[in-house]
Amino acid sequence: MRPAFQVEGLVKKFGATTALDGVDLRAQPGTVLGVLGPNGAGKTTAIRILATMLRPDAGTVEVDGLDVVHDAVRVRRTIGLTGQYATVDEDLTGTENLVLFGRLLDLPRAEARARAARLLDRFGLTEAAGRRAATYSGGMRRRLDLAASLVGEPRILFLDEPTTGLDPGKREELWQTIRGLADDGTTVLLTTQYLEEADALADEISVIDHGRVIAHDTPAGLKQQVGGQTVVVRPRDPARLPAAAGVVGRVVGRPVEAARGVVTAPVPDEHAFTEIVRALEHADVPVTELALRLPSLDEAFFTLTGHPAELSGSASGRSREEP
Amino acid sequence: MTSTPESSVRTVSSAPSSSVSSASGGDGDRATAGTARPWPLVRHSLALAGRSLTKTRRNPGVLLDALILPVIFLVLFVYLFGGAVAGSTREYLQYLFPGILVLTTVLAGQVSTGLSIVTDMKKGVFDRFRSMPVPRAALLVGSVLADAIRYVIAVVVLFGVGYLLGFRVETDLASALAATALAIGFGFSLSWLTVLVAVLLRDETMVSTVGFLLPFPLVFGTGMAAPAETMPGWLRAWADVNPVSHAIEASQGLLLGGPVAGPVGMTLLWGGVFLAVFGTAAITAYRRLI
Repeated sequence: MRPAFQVEGLVKKFGATTALDGVDLRAQPGTVLGVLGPNGAGKTTAIRILATMLRPDAGTVEVDGLDVVHDAVRVRRTIGLTGQYATVDEDLTGTENLVLFGRLLDLPRAEARARAARLLDRFGLTEAAGRRAATYSGGMRRRLDLAASLVGEPRILFLDEPTTGLDPGKREELWQTIRGLADDGTTVLLTTQYLEEADALADEISVIDHGRVIAHDTPAGLKQQVGGQTVVVRPRDPARLPAAAGVVGRVVGRPVEAARGVVTAPVPDEHAFTEIVRALEHADVPVTELALRLPSLDEAFFTLTGHPAELSGSASGRSREEP
Repeated sequence: MTSTPESSVRTVSSAPSSSVSSASGGDGDRATAGTARPWPLVRHSLALAGRSLTKTRRNPGVLLDALILPVIFLVLFVYLFGGAVAGSTREYLQYLFPGILVLTTVLAGQVSTGLSIVTDMKKGVFDRFRSMPVPRAALLVGSVLADAIRYVIAVVVLFGVGYLLGFRVETDLASALAATALAIGFGFSLSWLTVLVAVLLRDETMVSTVGFLLPFPLVFGTGMAAPAETMPGWLRAWADVNPVSHAIEASQGLLLGGPVAGPVGMTLLWGGVFLAVFGTAAITAYRRLI
């Protein structure tokens, strides 16, 4: 099958800086490709080239079989883009934004209005439809942004760090939406700084660093490469830390680390996590935090490259907090 | 004219997005955003002009500079210098007003037109426009078209203040309307100069400074405030070749009587030259940029 998009040997230089140094990316129709990398790795540059907003210096870039330089206008009819920052007009209302984009996509006025209403409803923005986007919360703006990129019912969607700056609940909501789009057959390219996010959404992951792809695999394959998961336990009473360490240690079968109020231990599989939950309950050790954590991007990078991810200011592990 | 309309007719997918997957295998019938319709530049420019107008309606403050500045000049010149220049402020108001009309439309076209383009280019929403099948020129044309509202409001305010101060049109309504239309057309075509500056400099401070200073040698280096015969030789030489002189003469002729055909013809000619040269240069520079 022809890939939904295909990038080969992509090079982009800005003056003396090489942003992309021979990048290869591809995704089959209806799949989600996660592009994982720290700030400055070249993720945004790659998306801007795929979305026809920047010209490549070398290499071939095809979207839906069309060259992004020579067939830019046709490519633009096929794609949707959501940038890192809000790409809607803050002075316009939600409805006005979506209707304008519909008009610019050559939809008849009535159809543009109908689609705007449908999308606002789908993203829970109907109540805010008549308000200026400037008054929206961060999460609402992200949803409006995503809605804006869907006005043209694109078959290929580029999402540049769509959940950066969202709180965990909102992030989960957006993940659901992205999964829904992929289930409907939309091909998605998603950039992220979080292995957890790529793991949750992507069918395949390309890890990029300094403008090069340093690993490409399925989420499962990549996790095998970079090491397994870690369980984090924080007892409510700090004095029970040794007790908690004992419980976890018995489940994983070896002594574990306990410091700064938390027990951390590598776990072989998800099954061990469930056992730990039961064992803690059995031993009556109340906990305030109990999480299964993937390696952070920093840790993954260290494994893949042997050096820490440079320029990665905010790439740290996140944990799911239990109520 | 600046973008190639899609020649092939595409099917419109009005079905929900689940239909997309079935279409992705083949390459004949594409589910696309919509049928590419003719005149994309005109339609998209108008859609984007509508957007700018909505923004102006929400932030009416941006109209103030264009409204207040010409009125300040009118009042300042009439009452400070009127007596000295023309013997009476009333007579001087009659002489000065047609020139201020041109000053108004030139200022309205210069000060914030370029600025709004620069600020727009730095906004996130511009990235979205650029990733959509929108002719690049439409982004500029839409912005400049929307500014037309500023010309109209500024001219109405100016006539209002002028009449309060005692100015009277000495010809007829049709000529007065023609003078207004000519001044607006001239300001519009000259505004492409500031668009070009905006696209080349891409810096708010620089663009607003240039946009503010540019009108002065152009509009004041004419017979607007005093007959060119009274000027020193070098300034008179400039006033003689300055295209704005024709626009002011035409405005004087249409509002007060006097020769019309020659100055109007020259004004239209220069307007066309500005539009062709600055407009083409601005759009070319802009498309190269993005």
